[in-house]
Amino acid sequence: MTPAASTAYDAAVSAAGPRKMLDVRNVRKHFGPVVALDGVSISVEAGKVAAIVGDNGAGKSTLVKILTGVHQPTSGEIAFDGQPVVMHDPDEARRVGVETLFQDLALVDDLTIWQNLFLGRELTWGGPLRLTRKRAMAERAREMLSGLQINIPSIEARVRRLSGGQRQAVAISRAVGWNAKLTIMDEPTAALGVKERTEVENLIERLRDQGRTFLLISHNFDQVMRLSNEIWIMRNGRVVGHRRTAETSGDELVALITGAKPAEIGRKPSD
Amino acid sequence: MTQPNVRSGTSVVAPLVPGQLARFVQSSKLLDWAIVLALLAVMAVGGIASPHFLTVANITSILVASSILVVVAIGQTFVIITAGIDLSVGSLVQVSSVMIGVAVTYKLGVPAGMLMAVLVGALFGMINGLIVSKGKISDFIATLGMLSIASGTALVLSNGRPVSVISPLLTSLASGSIGPIPNITLLAGIVAVLGHLVLFHTQFGTHLFAIGGNHEGSRNLGLKVGRIKVAAFMISGLLAGIAGIMLTARIGSAEPATGSSYLLNSIAASVLGGTSLFGGRGTIVGPVIGALVLMALLNLMTLLGIGVFYQPIVTGLVVIIFAIAYRFQK
Ligand SMILES: Nc1ncnc2c1ncn2[C@@H]1O[C@H](COP(=O)(O)OP(=O)(O)O)[C@@H](O)[C@H]1O
Ligand SMILES: [Mg+2]
Repeated sequence: MTPAASTAYDAAVSAAGPRKMLDVRNVRKHFGPVVALDGVSISVEAGKVAAIVGDNGAGKSTLVKILTGVHQPTSGEIAFDGQPVVMHDPDEARRVGVETLFQDLALVDDLTIWQNLFLGRELTWGGPLRLTRKRAMAERAREMLSGLQINIPSIEARVRRLSGGQRQAVAISRAVGWNAKLTIMDEPTAALGVKERTEVENLIERLRDQGRTFLLISHNFDQVMRLSNEIWIMRNGRVVGHRRTAETSGDELVALITGAKPAEIGRKPSD
Repeated sequence: MTQPNVRSGTSVVAPLVPGQLARFVQSSKLLDWAIVLALLAVMAVGGIASPHFLTVANITSILVASSILVVVAIGQTFVIITAGIDLSVGSLVQVSSVMIGVAVTYKLGVPAGMLMAVLVGALFGMINGLIVSKGKISDFIATLGMLSIASGTALVLSNGRPVSVISPLLTSLASGSIGPIPNITLLAGIVAVLGHLVLFHTQFGTHLFAIGGNHEGSRNLGLKVGRIKVAAFMISGLLAGIAGIMLTARIGSAEPATGSSYLLNSIAASVLGGTSLFGGRGTIVGPVIGALVLMALLNLMTLLGIGVFYQPIVTGLVVIIFAIAYRFQK
């Protein structure tokens, strides 16, 4: 490599900054006449927790649904770990490496823990017959949970028998477990008591420290301040602010969310 | 918390008793075995009440009588596990039976007719599934429509008249046996074993439980919810087609107007066998035993001289009692 090329390369790298696991560029989403997302650009650094905050109707869930393949953007680009991606359905999103912790956890009560962990990702044999490899799945599920230091009575237990915090832990494990490169969490602790919430937050912190990447959607500012590294603020389908968590406060976030503090980015000339 | 009733003994104790009973029933595995216990109970009562009930000949005739219902109930169970219902199974049995008659009338041969029966059952089942998943219409309405369409089709194709079907193949199915086991029962047994394998040893089976237990969550996880539903209805239709063949074999003719009892009885057998109508829970063994219990009960009532008019009342009560008991299941 010539020195010139190497310098240009270095310049490009430093201009791009740290490795971006997710890069959303100017995404718009229309539902008929409703503009749910009006040119949203956000990014998530690898190994960090990025948070999105915003009032009801700001467009957070719509963005999550685009990132998980449920909706397709009307326009705009999404790059994943440096590669542009188009995700037509949730299965494709999971293949790309986007796993989601859904608000309702997407657990099936009458299936076992290991069946839930492998749901949609079953290990099979017998070609098109897709016979399940039960023992292998149970074994791997056990290894996975012990690797994440999650205490579960038995991998064969039905999810129905678990406490709220244990259910959450199983769902989080699945959402980071297989080949997840990015884990999206939509209100991960909304339905939990204080003790269980703390357990879940500790788990998320531990996973972050292991280098996992998260995108967190939460109404709970304390939680956002505790867990995230950076925060994107949304209002009316736009990103109106971006902060490093260490450099902002709950009050400032509230001001940006409500519009008491004017939009700083994504502003239109007419605003 | 305030407890205003503490001093008035009855009002405290009275609600506790059912509560304790419910807790006991929940904590024990009693309900998992309820249908087995019911079968044993029917056999014990029957053995005491009638000297004929537990004879080999009578048990064989119960097995034969249950075979067709077993096959239909297994198909129904596949659909119910996805939190659906297939109201068209009885009509699909009819139209499938009529296909054999059509094949005989047009001199295509009985084997061709049997193939047509199975294909038409599966095709109508697929249409059920497509209407439910693509048309986003409730299973109840879609298959109620299909019930009418399929039995109408059966009447049109047959001109409302039975066609006598004579075939060594069907005769052997109806009255042959391997050792002590009637062929028709063997066929039902094979269907049951395959059904069990599909349900509990394939990815598809797991996904049936998943979409029945958590439809929205399954979709979010990328399961092909629509395709799985269509497949479940196809299986139900295909098994109704096989049942149509079995029925034709047993009565020796293709009849446009039989088979209507299979709708209610298939749901009854499935529910007796512990399948949850809310979806996400069920087995194959359960409905198989459920069908045996229903048929053994009918058989016993006939032996005891209980009039046929009373029989539906008794089976209806049994189904309702079981449905209530299963509500306490955890
Ligand atoms: N499927 C849809 N059809 C029509 N409008 C929708 C749909 N989903 C979301 N919207 C609209 O898009 C906007 C953003 O909604 P949403 O993404 O749910 O916001 P948030 O999750 O931040 O509360 C709202 O005005 C909402 O009414
Ligand atoms: Mg939302």
